[in-house]
Amino acid sequence: MNPLLEREKGLLELERRIEDLRSASEGKRIDMSAEIASLESKYRQLLAELFGSLTPWEKVHMARHPRRPTALDYIAGFDAFDELHGDRMFRDDPAIVGGFARLGGHSIVAIGQQRGRDMKENLARNFGMSTPEGYRKGERLAQLAERFNLPLVTFVDTKGADPGILSEEHAQSEAIASSLEVFAGLKVPTLCVVIGEGGSGGALALAIADRVIMLEHSVYSVASPEGCAAILWGDASKADEAAAHLKLTAADLRGFGIADEVIPEPLGGAHRDPEGTVTRVLDRVGALLDILETYSLRELLDARYEKYRHLGSWRDAVAGSDGAT
Amino acid sequence: MPMADWLRGGRNRDKVRDDAAQWVKCPSCGEVLYRPDLSANLDVCARCSHHFRMRAHDRILSLVDGDFEEIARDILPADPLAWTDKKSYPQKLADDAEKSGMDEAVLCGFGSIGGYDVALGVMDFHFRGGTMGSVVGERLTRLIEAATLRRLPCTIFTASGGARMEEGMLALMQMAKTTAAVLRLKASGEPFITVLTDPTTGGVSASFAFQADVILAERNAMIGFAGRRVIEQTIRQRLPDRFQTAEFLLERGHIDGVVERANLKPTLERILGYARAGRERRKRAELSA
Repeated sequence: MNPLLEREKGLLELERRIEDLRSASEGKRIDMSAEIASLESKYRQLLAELFGSLTPWEKVHMARHPRRPTALDYIAGFDAFDELHGDRMFRDDPAIVGGFARLGGHSIVAIGQQRGRDMKENLARNFGMSTPEGYRKGERLAQLAERFNLPLVTFVDTKGADPGILSEEHAQSEAIASSLEVFAGLKVPTLCVVIGEGGSGGALALAIADRVIMLEHSVYSVASPEGCAAILWGDASKADEAAAHLKLTAADLRGFGIADEVIPEPLGGAHRDPEGTVTRVLDRVGALLDILETYSLRELLDARYEKYRHLGSWRDAVAGSDGAT
Repeated sequence: MPMADWLRGGRNRDKVRDDAAQWVKCPSCGEVLYRPDLSANLDVCARCSHHFRMRAHDRILSLVDGDFEEIARDILPADPLAWTDKKSYPQKLADDAEKSGMDEAVLCGFGSIGGYDVALGVMDFHFRGGTMGSVVGERLTRLIEAATLRRLPCTIFTASGGARMEEGMLALMQMAKTTAAVLRLKASGEPFITVLTDPTTGGVSASFAFQADVILAERNAMIGFAGRRVIEQTIRQRLPDRFQTAEFLLERGHIDGVVERANLKPTLERILGYARAGRERRKRAELSA
């Protein structure tokens, strides 16, 4: 159960009362505008109280909020989309969606990690956790972008790669390793948007890009906080503690130089204004594609190499200095 | 550097050995083994052939002909997240250094194996479970880049529990960094060979371990993406014993071969021989063109 849902109940109650007052006052002579304004002010105050500053663990829940826009919501915002299916080998993984798309003047290939918005959808989409077939589908579409010489845009939103028996039998490690290789060397401009949760290698498989942007309340972590707590302390219930340690917020990632920029969200999260959020993100994607188009392929590939080459933090005993980042 | 000096090189390896008990029980068959005999047998149980996890120094000694030119040994761990749980991250590092005689989870350098010059990286599970943080990623990237520059084959022995939690996202990014370097190595035409040893999981198995041209594994090594416990918790049933073993992966076509430790050096030498034959063939074609 997402604790943010509990917290939002007070807001929903206020929203309902405001709506009731509005409809009650409509077509009647009684002026309720003062009461409405007072409730609206109370609503804004509550919103600021509840969401003005979020802990890392609360941000994880914001990133997982069931009403938060998913990859398909962003894809629906494209001017055109032609979905392509399957890994050409075994199956079509519904946790990865992708195809050709148009965004303003850009023809692109888009790939997204798709989680469900409710239990039924989540069961169909495996909670957004890709199997090896999903990564192979993504890799195939990335190579298609290169074949057609089109920029590639990815939407990252996954707790991590599927940890099941079949995924192991179908070589999950190889699927991710191979995807990393393809993305690192792709001969077209690439752009990644972390829209929700970026979980571990399962997220990174679609996230090596010339530009990585993150939504304000999205998170991106070496392991899910639950996974990290289980690995380090043998207790997944200490996930909140792990989240506080992991430095997984968009602001943290911007600080590390892993995210190139952060897109602000409405107070209370992207789901309070889904259409506005989708528009803001896609506008920025279009603007960044314009910028990426000004570089030669050589420049793009060199810059991509250098970007990842310098990530890390170490001491150099001889130079007596700290390493990159 | 001469091998003897390299082994002394500021590491307390000898001390570790003196302190260690001289008798070891084989976890597989229960045989009690005399440690010097076990070491002489490449850390393989003489009775049941159980492969003990090998230390990076011993591995390098068992493979290279003469000297080993270690690189990037001055790259040492920092504490980018200022991580503290029961212990601080720097304290965990110091404790593992004391216990293992290693200053990080990988040794990298140049040597020759059966007359073939190679860039060699060897991970060691005894330091932080072989986890990959910034230092492991940086040392390996320097190794792979140097192999590309010097036009040498690159061989990496993996042993890792995955990405190192205490370095957060900077640890995860080492997967991307090493991948980019591997890509350039392959583009240069140099062969990349990995040997997966027990255990190889998570961020290491899902990056350079499975990006090699030839992927070998040691007998009975545990290899997979998700850890056994994670899968068992997810599916709520016990996994078969053989699940995620090297032999299991071989049957499913994930790796090129499973090799007994005693056969590893000759096997590597033969593969390096094929790679050299291909390179000479290319040279001949360039000359006659």
